[in-house]
Amino acid sequence: MGRKLLTEHINVPGIRNLDTYRKHGGYETLKKALGMKPEDIVEEVKKSGLRGRGGAGFPTGMKWGFLAKPEGVPRYLVCNADESEPGTFKDRYMMEFLPHLLIEGMAIGSFALGCRTSYIYIRGELMYVFHILQEAIDEAYAAGLLGKNILGTGFDFDLNVHCGGGAYICGEETALIESLEGKRGNPRIKPPFPAIKGVWGCPTVVNNVESIMAVVPIIRDGGDEYAKIGIGKSTGTKLISACGHLKKPGVYEIDLGLPVEEFIYSDEYCGGIRNDKKLKAVVAGGSSVPILPAELILKTAAGEPRLMSYESLSDGGFASGTMLGSGGFIAMDEDTSIVKNLYTFTRFYHHESCGQCSPCREGTGWMEKLLHKILDGHGTLQDVDLLWEIQSKIEGKTICPLGDAAAWPVASAIRHFKSEFEEYVRNPQNIQKDRHYYRVNNINPELV
Amino acid sequence: MPKVTIDGHTIEVAEGTTILEAARMIGGEVAPPAMCFYSKLKTSGGYCRTCIVKVTKGSEKDPRPMPKPVASCRTPVMDGMEVQNKTAPDLVDARAGVVEFLLINHPLDCPICDQAGECHLQDLSYEHGLSKSRYDFKRREFDKIDIGPNIKLHMTRCILCYRCVKVAEQVCDSRVHGVLNRGDVSEISTHIEKALDSDFSGNVIDVCPVGALTDRTFRFKSRVWFTKPVDAHRDCKKCCGRSVLFMSGQEVLRVSVRKDTWGEVENTPEGNPGWLCNECRFEKKSASDWTIEGVRNIDRHSVISQNKYLEVKNLKIDVSNQKLIGEKAHN
Amino acid sequence: MSENKEIKFSEDALALVSRIINRYPEGRQKSALLPVLHIAQAEFDGWLSPAVMDYVASLLNIQSIEVYEVASFYSMFNLKPVGKCVVEVCRTGPCWLMGAEDIVKYMEKKLGVKEGGTSADGMFTLKTVECLASCGTAPMMQIGETYHENLTLQKIDDILDGCRNNVTEPIAHWRKNKIKA
Repeated sequence: MGRKLLTEHINVPGIRNLDTYRKHGGYETLKKALGMKPEDIVEEVKKSGLRGRGGAGFPTGMKWGFLAKPEGVPRYLVCNADESEPGTFKDRYMMEFLPHLLIEGMAIGSFALGCRTSYIYIRGELMYVFHILQEAIDEAYAAGLLGKNILGTGFDFDLNVHCGGGAYICGEETALIESLEGKRGNPRIKPPFPAIKGVWGCPTVVNNVESIMAVVPIIRDGGDEYAKIGIGKSTGTKLISACGHLKKPGVYEIDLGLPVEEFIYSDEYCGGIRNDKKLKAVVAGGSSVPILPAELILKTAAGEPRLMSYESLSDGGFASGTMLGSGGFIAMDEDTSIVKNLYTFTRFYHHESCGQCSPCREGTGWMEKLLHKILDGHGTLQDVDLLWEIQSKIEGKTICPLGDAAAWPVASAIRHFKSEFEEYVRNPQNIQKDRHYYRVNNINPELV
Repeated sequence: MPKVTIDGHTIEVAEGTTILEAARMIGGEVAPPAMCFYSKLKTSGGYCRTCIVKVTKGSEKDPRPMPKPVASCRTPVMDGMEVQNKTAPDLVDARAGVVEFLLINHPLDCPICDQAGECHLQDLSYEHGLSKSRYDFKRREFDKIDIGPNIKLHMTRCILCYRCVKVAEQVCDSRVHGVLNRGDVSEISTHIEKALDSDFSGNVIDVCPVGALTDRTFRFKSRVWFTKPVDAHRDCKKCCGRSVLFMSGQEVLRVSVRKDTWGEVENTPEGNPGWLCNECRFEKKSASDWTIEGVRNIDRHSVISQNKYLEVKNLKIDVSNQKLIGEKAHN
Repeated sequence: MSENKEIKFSEDALALVSRIINRYPEGRQKSALLPVLHIAQAEFDGWLSPAVMDYVASLLNIQSIEVYEVASFYSMFNLKPVGKCVVEVCRTGPCWLMGAEDIVKYMEKKLGVKEGGTSADGMFTLKTVECLASCGTAPMMQIGETYHENLTLQKIDDILDGCRNNVTEPIAHWRKNKIKA
């Protein structure tokens, strides 16, 4: 049974409200933190081994340590709540039910980093969550947990919510900063990094919702305690958004190091594959990470059980491994068309490319068109080779990681499922027969 | 002062110099091509990715190679850094990929494009491009529009280098055009048709690396290699008044800024970029408006000196030859 | 539609705009652009005309082109008129795996429009959108601010009837939800 550091009280009725949240220990950790030295808080986060939960997995404490602290210049902590990675919905769920946990984490983080004003950047589509956060912030102000002289400690701190306008790319930290400045979400060219020059030219730390929430149990229990959970350099708990053809999709808090097989099949977690079908493939960390066939997601190429950890999932490199990413776990049953699923991903990256740099702007659309051609029954074997070539020309050549994110799904689908592409090319007449996806509940096929 | 080695040439440069600038100091083939970087425009560069290079040694302090190719125009050199441009086959291959991306939606209408002969994309595809496109889908198209009486926007040709946007921000007194939409349907636009009527808006024509922004007063008048470029100046209250006149006989077909080896606007003797005002550019179309200094020494990007289309072996400008060509065309 | 309407925010909305501007440091009022565009869309029939964008530019003391650039970048801003209810069906992988294509086809048939179109009665605009972070409850769609999850065809019928009877709130949530700042 995994520990519930973040989700312990998520099912308590009314936990969204301040009173209930406080009854369950809410804001006690803020009180503790405000009695500590800011640098000691950073130290605890470093000790915890917490790694960025947005996808990149960069150590949070180290990121905090990089923040420049020039005299007389404000610094900012910005929470990245632009959750848009296909397969990922944990942050939305957490903010919807536990807005105060995020506020508490933001206050602790801001105190540790010396920020007097901070922002939560939430994607515009989640406007109803924006309102939930705003209401929670208002409650916190009224209770003296935000604003001037918090809890009588002399710490002044303002927290604001800012909404986006619909752009996946704003999950990239420098695009997010541009967007927060009221501009197009074009990622910045680095250096300079946000830790030196971020929002409005000031030193800025951008952290994912889950990372900021995790700071609360880390400070409450101590970094060492947190680091005891997990395996190797994958410490603590992680929220996994499980979706696709699973019996019990949803958000699960797991101890890092849980075997993938247990996560998929045990009743405590996903309960197996819908309709007791066979598992065909998994995208383990959000749409950007390489897709793996069932045998490689359950066991590494060396035959070891695959674990839900940064290291184990990436074991074998891209040849036979993948990444933990954002924890968006998409399972596909035996009937799924990998090519069609890939097409939806590629269409997504084409739609979301900001258009600044040429390889991503031009390459994502080209890949989508080629996949469409193949699905239309007009593809050739050369098209499959060309797809491979295009993704290799995008990967590593772009300003921001969206180029890589668009390239990896294509590369991995061809790497592990090439015969399926070839089948589409050789026998296009078979494409239309199978719909290749799960039918909407109780659907009457006559209706569509 | 940091020392950097690019394709085997070592040079010492000032702190903060980018790899591209250092390579340009070495000169010749060592300098990577650049479609969006423009040293006279702040924050330019980083977008087109043609100037990518391979850093095989990060610095003396941290000799690890950089994991990915970097945009040389936006990466400062470090002491002891070692860089490969032309000498790394995988890098050349990666750059060819970038060029292919730039070309898949480009109309390749060079035969009717006023930029032909001065087009950086033409040079680039000549050097790196495939002879046949692998893109067999419909190319992106936009309507041609006039942004004011003097400037034609042919968006279909645009490679989104952002230079013209930066000119509007940094050289003009207001900006009415920008990049609209997102991804591969992004376009340079004023949204609702507006004229770029700032005094210095004509400079967007000179910074455009392709034929997306062209001079309407020169439109279809002549191929550039049939003109005779001369250096000229005039007294102007608004701008430096230093120009190149593209002439045919005594007729001034086009007025542009003076460009350096890298296709960028030359500095004036006072050290400022020699931008031209719209009056000098579009209205002073008579030879008597100008004091002609002599024949222009043409930069490396021009077919006039590169002779990609004319079978003249001599790379240096030959004045008598120029005259001959110009006269032939207009007789 | 709004051609004859004076382009001016309501008093409520103006007060809200000034509160939002105050969230950002002095001189950084441009930061308020995205929230203010959402308000503008709610105030003016769910879309942003050039005149409305010019008005937003004047409120924030920035150039019009800065507003056009931003409004055209983000997918939530409609630069053309839309129906009273904008129905946005997610089509990305996880929803596709659960039958999003069926949902889109069913909606097209039911509303008599193609994706991107507006129904003849001006009630519904049907859009497909990319991932809305609701993959565990796929297939899903968003109408206004409301997420409709675990869709079935029966559910869709009920939801659309609800919209027609104005039970499900259509657009203009910013105004109706009285955003506090």
